[in-house]
Amino acid sequence: MLRFFLSRLALLIPTFIGVSIVAFSFIRLLPGDPIMLLAGERGMSEERYQQLQALYGFDQPLFVQYFNYMTDLLQGDFGTSIVTKRPLLQEFLTLFPATIELSLCAIIVAVAIGVPLGVIAAVRRGSWLDQTVMGAALVGYSMPIFWWGLLLIIFFSGILGWTPVSGRISLLYFFPPVTGFMLIDSLLSGQAGAFKSALSHLILPTIVLATIPLAVIARQTRSAMLEVLGEDYVRTARSKGLPPRRVIGLHALRNALIPVVTTIGLQVGVLLAGAILTETIFSWPGIGKWMVDSVFKRDYAVVQGGLLLIAAIIMIVNLIVDVLYGLINPRIRH
Amino acid sequence: MSSTNTKDPNAAVGLEGGTIIAVTRRARLAEFWYYFSQNRGAVIGLYVFLAIVVIALLAPVIAPHSPSMQNRGSFLLPPVWQEGGNWSFILGTDAVGRDLLSRLIYGARFSLFIGVVVVSVAVSVGILIGLIAGYFRGAVDTVIMRVMDIILAFPSLLLALVLVAILGPGLVNAMIAIALVQQPHYVRLTRAAVMSEKGRDYVTAARVAGASNIRLMFKTILPNCTAPLIVQAALSFSTAILDAAALGFLGMGAQPPTPEWGTMLAEAREFILRAWWVVTFPGLAILITVLAINLMGDGLRDALDPKLKRS
Repeated sequence: MLRFFLSRLALLIPTFIGVSIVAFSFIRLLPGDPIMLLAGERGMSEERYQQLQALYGFDQPLFVQYFNYMTDLLQGDFGTSIVTKRPLLQEFLTLFPATIELSLCAIIVAVAIGVPLGVIAAVRRGSWLDQTVMGAALVGYSMPIFWWGLLLIIFFSGILGWTPVSGRISLLYFFPPVTGFMLIDSLLSGQAGAFKSALSHLILPTIVLATIPLAVIARQTRSAMLEVLGEDYVRTARSKGLPPRRVIGLHALRNALIPVVTTIGLQVGVLLAGAILTETIFSWPGIGKWMVDSVFKRDYAVVQGGLLLIAAIIMIVNLIVDVLYGLINPRIRH
Repeated sequence: MSSTNTKDPNAAVGLEGGTIIAVTRRARLAEFWYYFSQNRGAVIGLYVFLAIVVIALLAPVIAPHSPSMQNRGSFLLPPVWQEGGNWSFILGTDAVGRDLLSRLIYGARFSLFIGVVVVSVAVSVGILIGLIAGYFRGAVDTVIMRVMDIILAFPSLLLALVLVAILGPGLVNAMIAIALVQQPHYVRLTRAAVMSEKGRDYVTAARVAGASNIRLMFKTILPNCTAPLIVQAALSFSTAILDAAALGFLGMGAQPPTPEWGTMLAEAREFILRAWWVVTFPGLAILITVLAINLMGDGLRDALDPKLKRS
């Protein structure tokens, strides 16, 4: 098992180096001089220009720059935001819990609803229930989520007035972040109504972000179940008189879940891409909105570091999924 | 000798002249249509898609107004069925008095154009690279696949967003960026298909007969790998439309006043609680188009790849 894990980890290293080269080249591919961008319209003196070039190391050969960049990276220095002047990693770590909280809630909703729906659709194959569920899944899968979010705001915030439009919690509450997860922090703060406020801010973004994974998971579960339900061991379980609930829940679902776990893992990239749009719509202070804002503010240090961090997260999650897959399905280890 | 071009190598053996091949082609098309039409959703999707194509082609004829004409005195007019709406602006007007219906009709042109360009670029580049990787293997293959892994390590929308930031916002750059993030899927599919076909007897036979590498790659192997590529092309057509709309929505795709659906949504955002129609209809247009293409994609998969179960 350890060998399996290490061999997968070794495969990641060249990819990660490639990703770092992409992120590194990015700032150098941009039209215009990054230092002149810093100066803005005011411009700067030749002396100051040289000074800054030396400061950022732009006067050195490219491979030296890359080497320095990687040395800094390995020491945990991802650079400094051009706009806020704060260390990038620190900004990332402040904002990342917001994205994790949202993504976790979304994936929980997607699995909790998607898997049962897929199972029901498979068991009742061809029924109106199956057709409705699969029709809805296809609509969910085709959904432009940025529009879906706006529609939910119109209906639930505009017409019904049930949910807030943006942010993570009402401005009425303030407490220092402990875990970074608003739901937990609001409970810890002990302030009456804080948890409810945090929850009501979370509902719409969660629905929006969960939509596509939910649809994909429901479709995948259904087709995996259909495949498994035709297997001999399921027929054996049926014929020895086990109740259908047990056959489906224990014998069929456990085997059907193997490909579904992979699907769920693959949704992490989808979630982070979705977070870009969802966080922008709901002004959710996470890394998706951070990246979009940085692109617009031309804070290229953030874009460069953010790209690298996000790619690293996705690669690590994919590795974990790979290993999990090896754990529940020993056949692929060899 | 067009016979080497047929999909099934066995059908080509011993056939002389074009007539028999034409017949088998027609039969194969009939077979394809039979399986495709078994899927009711796919047929509906096809009709809706054709309707959108017709609308896009005939936009100047059917649009009641110019998509860029601003009508003073009719700002944010509601749709006709709501109080205050009128028949000259059936779906209402936007914040500067442009007819929403006309803009949506012209928007269909952009969405289809984006889909066609992105898929053509991604497919042709992806197939070429995938063929090379799968056919030659070795170091070339390793390098190509590592590069594809790197592209796939980023969330596609984020990578497209950053690429557009490098290239500069705009529709053409958005299409280039989306094509670039989509082509690894074609590379992988083509490579896998080429690797499984390469060892077959008909390829060896062609090689023994003296066919060049280029001929083996493009005329012998490629025609037998098309089914998964067609299915993928249908699915990425809809992804391209969605991603381009998302970039437009983020302000990095088509720029106003282009009547691209995502860009229209971005412009409409500030009126979200005042004028529901300026937000609702462009998104609905995106959803209907994407849904129709995905329905068709499901049907294509059923018809072209019987090994895959219906899901």
